[in-house]
Amino acid sequence: MSFFKNITNKSWERKGIIGGLKPEGAFDTSPEKVALSFFLVVATVVFSLFTVSYFIRMELPDWQPLTEPAQLWFNTGLLVASSILFQWARTIANSDSPRNIKTAFIGGGVLAILFIVGQLVTWGNLQDAGFYMTSNPANSFYYLLTGVHGIHLLGGLWVWSKSSIRLVSGSEPQEIKLSIELCTLYWHFLLVVWLVLFAILSNT
Amino acid sequence: MALAVVIFLLVIGSVVFHFASPWWFTNIAADWGTIDLTIYITFWVTGAVFVLVNLFMAYCVWKFRQKEGHKAVYEPENVKLEMGLSIFTTIGVIAMLAPGLFVWAQFVNVPEGAAEYEVLAQQWQWQFRYPGADGLLGAADTGFVSESNPFGINPADPDGQDDVVVNDPEMHLPLNQPVKALLRSNDVLHNYTVAQFRVKMDLVPGLTSYIWFDPTEAGTYDILCEELCGIGHFVMRGSVVVEPLAEFDAWLAAQPTFAETQSMAAPNVAAGQAQYALCATCHGTQGEGIQTMNGPKLAGQAAWYTERQLKYFKEGVRGGDGDTNGQAMAPMAQVLADDAAIRNMAAYIATLPDTPAQTTVSGDVDNGQHIYDRNCAACHLDNGDGTWYTDAPRLAGMSDWYFVTQISNFRAGIRGLHRSDDYGEQMVQMATAMADLEEIEDVAAYINTLR
Amino acid sequence: MAYVPLADRDSEMEMHHPHTWVGKYVWCQDHKVIAIQYGSVAIFTGIVGLVLSLLFRLQLGFPESVSFVDPSFYYQAVTMHGMIMVVYLLTALFLGGFGNYLIPLMCGARDMVFPFMNMLSVWVFLLSVIILMASFFVGGGPTGAGWTLYPPQTSMAGTPGHDMGLVLMLVSLAVFIVAFTMGGLNYVVTVLQYRCRGMTMMRLPLSVWGIFVATILGLFAFPALLVAAVMMLFDTLLGTSFFMPAIIESGQAMDYDGGSPILFQHLFWFFGHPEVYIVALPAFGLVSDVLSCHARKNIFGYRMMVWAIIAIGGLSFIVWAHHMYVSGMNPYFGFFFATTTLIIAVPTALKVYNWVLTLWEGDIRMNVPMYFAIGFIFTFIHGGLTGLFLGNVVIDLPLSDTYFVVAHFHMVMGVSPVLVVFAAIYHWYPKMSGRMYHEGIAKLHFWLTFLGTYAIYLPMHYLGFLGVPRRYYALGTTDFIPQSAQDLNAAITVAALIVGVSQLLFFFNIIWSLRFGEKAGPNPWGAASLEWQTPETPPVHGNWGDSLPTVYRWAYDYSVPGAHEDFIPQNTPESEEPTVQEEHFNPDQDDSLANV
Repeated sequence: MSFFKNITNKSWERKGIIGGLKPEGAFDTSPEKVALSFFLVVATVVFSLFTVSYFIRMELPDWQPLTEPAQLWFNTGLLVASSILFQWARTIANSDSPRNIKTAFIGGGVLAILFIVGQLVTWGNLQDAGFYMTSNPANSFYYLLTGVHGIHLLGGLWVWSKSSIRLVSGSEPQEIKLSIELCTLYWHFLLVVWLVLFAILSNT
Repeated sequence: MALAVVIFLLVIGSVVFHFASPWWFTNIAADWGTIDLTIYITFWVTGAVFVLVNLFMAYCVWKFRQKEGHKAVYEPENVKLEMGLSIFTTIGVIAMLAPGLFVWAQFVNVPEGAAEYEVLAQQWQWQFRYPGADGLLGAADTGFVSESNPFGINPADPDGQDDVVVNDPEMHLPLNQPVKALLRSNDVLHNYTVAQFRVKMDLVPGLTSYIWFDPTEAGTYDILCEELCGIGHFVMRGSVVVEPLAEFDAWLAAQPTFAETQSMAAPNVAAGQAQYALCATCHGTQGEGIQTMNGPKLAGQAAWYTERQLKYFKEGVRGGDGDTNGQAMAPMAQVLADDAAIRNMAAYIATLPDTPAQTTVSGDVDNGQHIYDRNCAACHLDNGDGTWYTDAPRLAGMSDWYFVTQISNFRAGIRGLHRSDDYGEQMVQMATAMADLEEIEDVAAYINTLR
Repeated sequence: MAYVPLADRDSEMEMHHPHTWVGKYVWCQDHKVIAIQYGSVAIFTGIVGLVLSLLFRLQLGFPESVSFVDPSFYYQAVTMHGMIMVVYLLTALFLGGFGNYLIPLMCGARDMVFPFMNMLSVWVFLLSVIILMASFFVGGGPTGAGWTLYPPQTSMAGTPGHDMGLVLMLVSLAVFIVAFTMGGLNYVVTVLQYRCRGMTMMRLPLSVWGIFVATILGLFAFPALLVAAVMMLFDTLLGTSFFMPAIIESGQAMDYDGGSPILFQHLFWFFGHPEVYIVALPAFGLVSDVLSCHARKNIFGYRMMVWAIIAIGGLSFIVWAHHMYVSGMNPYFGFFFATTTLIIAVPTALKVYNWVLTLWEGDIRMNVPMYFAIGFIFTFIHGGLTGLFLGNVVIDLPLSDTYFVVAHFHMVMGVSPVLVVFAAIYHWYPKMSGRMYHEGIAKLHFWLTFLGTYAIYLPMHYLGFLGVPRRYYALGTTDFIPQSAQDLNAAITVAALIVGVSQLLFFFNIIWSLRFGEKAGPNPWGAASLEWQTPETPPVHGNWGDSLPTVYRWAYDYSVPGAHEDFIPQNTPESEEPTVQEEHFNPDQDDSLANV
């Protein structure tokens, strides 16, 4: 039943039990996934507002575009690979055989860590080249946006590390299936966010 | 039951209060009667809704109060009624919005031929600039701001040379001439408000905003800052004089142009020194101050401050009723024949060797520091050096007993309330941060540690 | 695999059944305890805010004789009062307090969907309050930049608390947003996924709708504040120039260039305006339920009320710049934002009409919650109508930054929501505590609060018409403000002191009644909604005993024709609908479907 239809019914005329055990209008998925979806929307708002601020600030006269280091392409590759591994882990968790689950799930996280290390290295290189945070608003935004993205990724890695420990200490993939599912969704989201940020940063 | 009656009375009372209230818009002095009209329309529409809905509610509360054997009527909704009410409300909203937008369109579009002038705000004072003969205001930027160029006018811009600068919180406007105010700020957000003109706008550092209006009533009106701009927000005052064009032109012609302020000859220190002999009797040969003669220390004070105070004494702005020492000073200041003599004197005093004055006041330094840091440091700086930017004189190393008498005078309204004492009222208000003589001495004792 | 009803958390309840005092009241995951923790911290913070307001009111009323409020403290008190009341009191109390208490009970769930995260939320909230309060004790004191925290003023020497005070404020806000997000996700997902069997969205009481939509607003609006706070922290601590243009401080050029103070204002109000409705929508919802119950009548036009909540929530995201008509932004924006702002008047007015129409042909019981609810309608009408002045862009020119603004927003988002808070606390107090409050004291509390606040804010509008600017430590001398305005200020202060002190009645009442109040019984008001049908009063951990309730009808079956009593609880099956013939009805008997 669509949301619109749902909120137009005359509920005082509808007596008796409506719907099954799942209440009418509830999403047909786990509450954790609903919560994560909402959180992703919230995070999208955060990144959108940063981006809008970026574009508004860009219009002002003191803006000098920053040439993004080429290493970002490599970092992007790491994050893409990380996402692919998570997707693979998700496929495995949904299948009958647990083969390769550790490689996929833990590998995905490790690649994400490498991505963060890569981002830190670019920060260091920029600093060495004299592109300090305060020298220009474009630089400030570069550090800010990559930093906020990195913090979101660190949050994901925290959940990932808990699940990884369980996986390594012998939990069945089925037990952490939900966790794998959520991590995968989150990683894809952060990949998309990064690709958008990267596109904006390198085209302006 | 009681509530129904009370709500009925509150509705009646509010209406009565509205008509009986002595607090209402000030007389309008600009051609913005359309704004007032929009307000009246809104008042009538909303007032009617307020009275009708609340009286209806009071009626319901009274009529449908609980009664034995009475049962509420079951009625989940009435779409027709609700739609009708919504349409009714929409009509009311349109009746208010349409004139509002119409008048806003007038406000947004400045008429051709409106004369421009600039308002420059900074913590916590107003300055004004008028275009010179060329009708153009020169480019300005905070990067150029200095003591001699407080507007930050670009010295290389030929348009700016003939700009008339008013480094003083009183401005003038010609009567019945539409004007466009260009608004700039050197530091934080401010808001240029003259209640009688009805329109207001923020001054934002980094950009130029504007308002326009057509002054229709001659008179002098207060300029208030209405955007919180720091601790001195409430004392950031100025005034605007609306006068016939001829008087306005005469006033404008008497103000210096930017080029004139930049090319002023250096003061003649020797001439100042020659006249200082008279001052030395009370203030000491080195300007070190003599308490027994009630002469405060002068050495170390910035020339712009000494200059202004000498003018004030000469013009009777200081040294009025109750200010016994000031009254003694006033005739002395008359000795200085003209502004040039005052400048020379101030310049000479600024060259005197600055050794900290002897401390004569003791008090609770910690309490003094607490008060000073919270309320005084914003203008007089943490180290008590003062700065031209906030028109705050130096305090550190100056005569502490003089500080005590002056703050007491500010608190008592003896100093600072003269109409021409541009920055005095700020001190009258800020001095209330010190509750009594003891606290004034505490602050003096703390200032004594800043040397 | 057996299908476990979503709203049933039996297994987890077992896991978390606390046994020690600390487990029960400190590290507790029960939504009701968390609600009370949230509410208590919020109210404690609110008391600080109230005391601050009385202090600066004393200064405004009696500038000559009050010496302990200096300009610095005045601005700090005004700033902290504003931020505390808007964010730490009202937002936290409505969503963290009432949201936590009522959502699971009204939805028929055992608890929030993520109880651990819920507990974390309240502790992180406490942390944010501690950080905020810490700013009173650091050098320079709390920030005095005004609750809007407009740069560049916030971090400049002319503003009290421009260094540590500001940093603590921003950090505290960021921490609060984290706490709110954890709680908010809980509320939203619980409403969506954890309703009991038969509880459709349109059977939910309006309280849940109000809190639900407000939470969604909060989730989308608080990020704007977070973004603004983070960028401002960067500007303050690291020296970036996001918001800071080239400016001069005490005669010296500062090390900033090119930033946009107006960008901050856009971000702030993109949060700030929805924030108004984050406070108002729960109040709308709660008051609807109180009105309906005590008028013994269904809320009139339930569907329209739900749509209005959704419409107001949606519109609240496209009106923010009406706070910025005189900010120096492009004035052409005024046309758009004035129009959207006045459009909001339509759904809002409809809500008012429907509240009043709920009273029409009702059977009104003048219980204490009803006094507050009707008082709310009165003050809300007043505050809503003055909003039409300020929203109508050209009228904002003379009135913005005057006391008219202060009076307007206090009427509409201070007094009105607070009256609802009291209505709601008195209304649900018997369920929360099992006892009745003292009616006489409660009524006295109502009269003092209602009449007192009106005496404060009605005249304050007229100071605004006169043109008295807000945020002035002292009026000084002007050519247009007569001495009578100062006398009026003194009168307002006296009224404020009376209102402030009379809140002691409230605290005394709810604490005294905990012990000495009459036993209330499970459903003293004869309310139909689900939270009154719990097997125990106050409800115990898990809420519903052995089996979850099943819902057969909407929450407003009052005075249904033909029914024996003037209300039918939501969990009464159609077949057992008590008619005049059927004398003995016991809702607890009905568990036929709960264990499917």
